[in-house]
Amino acid sequence: MSGNDFFRVEGLTKHFGGLTANDSLSFRVERGMLFSIIGPNGAGKSTLFNCINGLYRPDAGKIWFRGREITGLSPHRIAAAGIGRTFQNIELFANMTTMENLMLGRHLHMKTGLFGAAMMFHRRSRAAREEAAHRERVEQIIDLLELQASRDKYVSQLAYGTRKVVELGRALAAEPDLLLLDEPAAGLNNEEKEDLMFWIQDIRREFGITILMIEHNMQLVQDVSDRILAINFGKMLTEGTPGEVVNHPEVLKAYLGG
Amino acid sequence: MITQIIISGLAVGSVYALMALAMSITYKASEIPNFAQGEMAMISTYIAYVLLVVQGISFIWAFFFSLLFAMVLGMALEFVFIRRAKEPNLLNLIIITLGFQMMLYGLAGWKWGADQRRLRMPFSESETYDLGGGIVVSQLGLATIGTAVVLMLIIWLFLRFTRLGLAMKASQQNAMAARINGIRTNRILSVSFGISSVVGAIAGMMVAPVTTLDPNMMWDPLLKGFAAAVLGGLTSLGGVVVGGYLLGIIENLFGFYISLEFKSVVAFLIIVIVLYVRPSGLFGRHYVRKV
Repeated sequence: MSGNDFFRVEGLTKHFGGLTANDSLSFRVERGMLFSIIGPNGAGKSTLFNCINGLYRPDAGKIWFRGREITGLSPHRIAAAGIGRTFQNIELFANMTTMENLMLGRHLHMKTGLFGAAMMFHRRSRAAREEAAHRERVEQIIDLLELQASRDKYVSQLAYGTRKVVELGRALAAEPDLLLLDEPAAGLNNEEKEDLMFWIQDIRREFGITILMIEHNMQLVQDVSDRILAINFGKMLTEGTPGEVVNHPEVLKAYLGG
Repeated sequence: MITQIIISGLAVGSVYALMALAMSITYKASEIPNFAQGEMAMISTYIAYVLLVVQGISFIWAFFFSLLFAMVLGMALEFVFIRRAKEPNLLNLIIITLGFQMMLYGLAGWKWGADQRRLRMPFSESETYDLGGGIVVSQLGLATIGTAVVLMLIIWLFLRFTRLGLAMKASQQNAMAARINGIRTNRILSVSFGISSVVGAIAGMMVAPVTTLDPNMMWDPLLKGFAAAVLGGLTSLGGVVVGGYLLGIIENLFGFYISLEFKSVVAFLIIVIVLYVRPSGLFGRHYVRKV
């Protein structure tokens, strides 16, 4: 029964003109898992993420999340269902500070009406108390990801690596149950990659978030993943534990050529 | 004398500033310069006229209902026309706004004809206040400046402090990121068109008592507002307001010291100069998107 799985994709297909970016992909992710997706450039990994969080509408197939079908819902409803994400090219609000970006991550959890103005009314008003609670939550994330120095800086002034961390922080601020990370280590130096590995493990431990990750760095993938799905030309090559997948002949062929 | 010219410039500038603000709000939200902005304001002003003069209801209610109408009209433009566009590019969307503009223009011509009517306001143009030193300002001029300043303050507070305002800002800066953070960008766009239409309608109601109420009344304010927005920098709400007031003052100074006949041309001269010297306007920022 598909309804009982935490997250399940069944026969997902997406075409762009004559190109089949995703060709009946099926897999299942259990709660608490770190599930990685690997594949050469253009294998259809980001397309898969875009289908999952509603930026693309799949041509065929179904996606279930916590017993509910979410195929084809709009992005804001999928976000509200508890799926967060980061992007390969970093999508932040560049002319806002780190703090403001993270506060926007809390948007889904804000209960005051759309016209509620937290700062304008009385200090002990419901809106002001709610605002304070959100700020506290965001401060915790800033502490966890060691973003104190960038807290009040505009995102456009931050270094590439820091911006990646801010985006991760914003996704965490939404308190998702499932987090999609699109190449979190791309463009980071070795020290930043090591920090990232620790954070990913921290996030799983402290927040109990299930993670679905696209990553090129094989070392990182092997070290942190519970299971790996390898795809190429939109099709599944294999799925299994890191040990099984990295030694699979199809995977070796896709990565090393031949 | 120069102070007097500047004070008069501020009153005209208020109208330009509001039209520029209206343009800028939709431009920031959608990157569409809305050419129907003027006609939307014109129709809303006609609604105020019908309520005030024909139906004879009180000024406050007529004002309120015509702004409500303007809000609905703006949201309708987005919801009925802009949103339906299949795989739209910017040019298609601009042409949609031009089509909407012609529809409204035709509608006003058919319903109310080309007669020039008067929109009576509770503020008089002949009643003046002495500011000292022989400088005078009309009651209407003062009301115009006052309304514009209050409205701008409300918009600033709205964008700065409310959740909806923040969501609008977020959608402008990065629509995709806004969507995945649970912001309904469609709805934000609708609301932006609505708010912009309300701002335009207020400008219309300020123009009508000074000139006349007829289907062509918003042409000049729209083009001047557009010039003001280009001068201030279309992407900066504060900038376009400054642009509006600057344009009002420059125009008046030019009219007095150089040539009254060519007063109207100044605005377009400014567009050309700004585009040569500083295309992003005085306060505009170019968002360079890194890929």
